[in-house]
Amino acid sequence: MSILVDKNTRLAVAGITGKEGSFHTLNNRNYGTNVVGGVTPGKGGQDVEGIPVFDSWEQAAKEAQPNTAMIFVPPRFAAESILEAAAAGVELVIAITEGIPAHDELRVYNTLKRDRVGGHSVRLIGPNCPGILSPGKANVGIIPASFFKEGNVGVVSRSGTLTYQIGNEIAQAGFGCSSIVGIGGDPVPGSSFVDVIELFQSDEQTELIVLSGEIGGSAEEEAAEYIAEHVSKPVVAYIAGFTAPAGKQMGHAGAIVSGSAGTAAAKAQALEAKGVRVGRTPTEVAEIAIEILGGVGAARR
Amino acid sequence: MDLLEYQGKQLFARHGLEVSDGRAVTTVEDAVAAANEIGYPVVVKAQVLIGGRGKAGGVKLADDEAQAREHATNILGLDIRGHIVRTLWIEHASDIATEYYASVLLDRSAKQPMVIFSVEGGVEIEQVAEESPEKLVRHHVDALTGLSREEAIEIATKGGADADVIEGVADALVALYEVWLKEDATLAEINPLIVTPERKVKALDAKVSLDGNALYRHPENQGLSDSENEDPIERKAKEQGVQYVALDGDIGILGNGAGLVMSTLDVVAQAGGAPANFLDAGGGSDAAKIKQAVELILDNSAVKAVLFNIFGGITRCDEVAKGLIAAFGDIKPSVPFVVRLDGTNDVRGRELLQEAALPNVHAARTMNEAAEKVVELAAA
Repeated sequence: MSILVDKNTRLAVAGITGKEGSFHTLNNRNYGTNVVGGVTPGKGGQDVEGIPVFDSWEQAAKEAQPNTAMIFVPPRFAAESILEAAAAGVELVIAITEGIPAHDELRVYNTLKRDRVGGHSVRLIGPNCPGILSPGKANVGIIPASFFKEGNVGVVSRSGTLTYQIGNEIAQAGFGCSSIVGIGGDPVPGSSFVDVIELFQSDEQTELIVLSGEIGGSAEEEAAEYIAEHVSKPVVAYIAGFTAPAGKQMGHAGAIVSGSAGTAAAKAQALEAKGVRVGRTPTEVAEIAIEILGGVGAARR
Repeated sequence: MDLLEYQGKQLFARHGLEVSDGRAVTTVEDAVAAANEIGYPVVVKAQVLIGGRGKAGGVKLADDEAQAREHATNILGLDIRGHIVRTLWIEHASDIATEYYASVLLDRSAKQPMVIFSVEGGVEIEQVAEESPEKLVRHHVDALTGLSREEAIEIATKGGADADVIEGVADALVALYEVWLKEDATLAEINPLIVTPERKVKALDAKVSLDGNALYRHPENQGLSDSENEDPIERKAKEQGVQYVALDGDIGILGNGAGLVMSTLDVVAQAGGAPANFLDAGGGSDAAKIKQAVELILDNSAVKAVLFNIFGGITRCDEVAKGLIAAFGDIKPSVPFVVRLDGTNDVRGRELLQEAALPNVHAARTMNEAAEKVVELAAA
């Protein structure tokens, strides 16, 4: 199975004609992702190595029927591009762009929520995220696929490189991943830990979930509550930023301890209080995951 | 980006919030001239980005020129918990009948703006939240429609504002929401929001944080904040577009990706060390950017050892190695380096470093091993 992206993904990319956009789109296609088009206003009719470029999402939707959008445009154009893609009928929008104003993210989040169709709103992953990789099936974004193989671990993370670090250690021990989902480091992410964990819980391929969080906000605390109520699969967590001083933004726009709120210690505590094991280093997270997976594998044998 | 009180008040005034007439000054002479022009009594207020200014002697009332001079002389240059007072805000003193509290912020959990109002103003709002939460009104606003005047009246009424100033408080809340929205703020806070004996509602203080990502659409706000009290290396890094946060330890840190760098700081601390900085070299760093980052880290004279922790995704480890080699060619660092390269092109990166045989550069294979090594070297 895996979640969100797979062999049925039909991807179109906003910003496909840019340097980063074209590089990663072609990378995704080389991995096997079905890339059906791109969107760059004013460049409709051109192509990027055979991928047709359209002037608008509306046109792309009509001509190429994408079900997934990837957003690679600069921050000042990103909000409109996300909303246009959603309005054109794609089901999933993955926004890689970093540096989108928080108020734009708020507007996008609430617009998607308001405009939900038949109980479903268009799902947004990111912004400021590395995308989603379902090993062996599809890669949408900038996650280096070579570190991961197919398997039964679902990974959800606010950070890119930290995910690669943890995923690589798990892979070296011989285990693979169902999907790796980067939800991004911004203050108003389109999808939260809870949203993605819900998908992993109902995904048959996923047998263990790794949650990689960091300081700022309360998404990890909310995940802890949700896991206690709704998740039967084992969850292993990591929280970055124990040494981060209050009031300082640590690289990600959303990674900031405000007063006494959003500390790593409080998050780790909230998770542990609900029975989630929290590794103190990325290596320890991988070790705990491997220990549990060994048990899972043994039981099946 | 946090603003000084007077900068916040200027934004308030721009959106119709009532503030006292005042001047921002940086010398005693200008302070006295401003006070004379405004008319006594005046309040002389230290402009620093830290709370508790009053208790630290940074806010004084002056009834005449001699007092204005005395207070300005005493407060300029004052060190308020590490923040040196370089600017004073001189404003006409207000008569206060009642003190309220009002703020608008981004509630990350609800993913909506939130207005907070309380009749318990002039004290720490966290304290009110803890001791008498019933005196705090928290109201979520629909981000797509904004705060209506009717809603604002409801908030003021529910919060228990005096009946004769409900309208005035509601106007202030609507104006504060405008500040938050139109200036791309993440926080706009007034504490205290005062009622004068004439029953006018007025902002006596201002705490505003702006979203750095939105500054491109507010060129007029770009010069704000307290740049003189900023860490000089942080300021330089910002100019170069590098994510750098100064910390108070002695181990310089460079990594790629905010999460990995935060994690590196933690792992170094667990190994018994104290990080001197957070530096995210970002995705796809080339040799020139790495060299620049090394220079920033070594600008801090407290640094006794440096840790490079790279897990290459888009970032290529051979580029990182080339950057380090180039940096050593120009800078000749006197402190040891520990370098851990993993991920894209890691083998080539390690080969390059080995061939270059840089003095006092140690390779480590894992993050934990690298942290232990750098702590040992910093202590030596």
